[in-house]
Amino acid sequence: MHEIALAEAIAGTVRQRAQGRTPARVRVRIGYLRQVVPDSLVFNWDMVTAGSDLAGCVLDVDYIPAVVACAACGTRTTLDLPVLICGSCDSADVTLVSGDEFDLASFDVAVT
Amino acid sequence: MGRVHVHADGTAHDHDHDDGQGHGDDHGPRDVGDHSGYTATGTARVEVLERILSENDRVAAVNRQDFAAAGIISVNLMSSPGAGKTTLLKRTLAEIGGTRRVGILEGDIATSIDADELQGSGAAAVSLVNTSAGFGGECHLDAVMVRSGLARLPLDQLDLLIIENVGNLVCPAEFDVGEHAKAMVYAITEGEEKPLKYPVMFRAVDAVVVNKIDLLPHLDFDLDRFLANLRAVNPAATVIQVSARTGAGTGEWCRWLLSQE
Repeated sequence: MHEIALAEAIAGTVRQRAQGRTPARVRVRIGYLRQVVPDSLVFNWDMVTAGSDLAGCVLDVDYIPAVVACAACGTRTTLDLPVLICGSCDSADVTLVSGDEFDLASFDVAVT
Repeated sequence: MGRVHVHADGTAHDHDHDDGQGHGDDHGPRDVGDHSGYTATGTARVEVLERILSENDRVAAVNRQDFAAAGIISVNLMSSPGAGKTTLLKRTLAEIGGTRRVGILEGDIATSIDADELQGSGAAAVSLVNTSAGFGGECHLDAVMVRSGLARLPLDQLDLLIIENVGNLVCPAEFDVGEHAKAMVYAITEGEEKPLKYPVMFRAVDAVVVNKIDLLPHLDFDLDRFLANLRAVNPAATVIQVSARTGAGTGEWCRWLLSQE
């Protein structure tokens, strides 16, 4: 159900930005820490847009890994678990570099 | 249709094309993530970079303004189904309902059972939002749904508004509804690993109420392991151990609530 609500939110944002144009393709950036299943989001996108003005519009999902930078040793770690700890020195003094994204990145419209 | 592009790291734009779908003979600008604006097929790319939930966030900001204008504090209370939100709220009303005018905005997929129970428990006002009008029953409250529920509450006659979200550990965490603070009820019957499995929720909250603590002697639950998992995901959250059933610890929860004022 989560991905349905998000697919509807994407469609709403796209419609607002497209201002009457009909996008053929939409790209979103979803961070690993957002707990979104990309395949499920694409499936729900097709379902939510079917029969609407966005029917057939392709959703591309850029799934962004969670990366933290360590303040103690400077190492960057790509996380496997949502635990914000440096993979090199185990310090918890880390800042999130990526993985929190939840953005509409772009959409493609026909040039007339 | 559609493809998922797994990046090698947070910044690279190289995409894995292992889905077997044809992308044409040449991997043109669109496929390698060239954001120059034009593709070879007569389409223009419009760069946006806007938060997907920006519309929700706009309405949440309006809710927040209404709370400020009425001088009330609002807390968004979340949990999985059956963790004890409603029982905790009944305790809360019994403890502070005499000195604070507490409004409840009750979100449930269906039925008025919880709302009816709270109405008779000392709440100054209860507004029910059933989410079943949505696509199969929305699993969370968003800012728009909360806004509709606010219309039925006398905000200027309240001191504190508690928004009891739909029981769900995933979706409610994504939606800002304009609240001042987010709290969650977690029951020790849910197991130690939940912070790692539902990190969005556990990261989003300011306070975690660890409920059903009276059951600790009867369970194999490892409290220290749960707290370590919670700290790994959210080092800053206030942790309050309670039994909403016996009332143990609920005074500390009420003090946390009032400290938000």
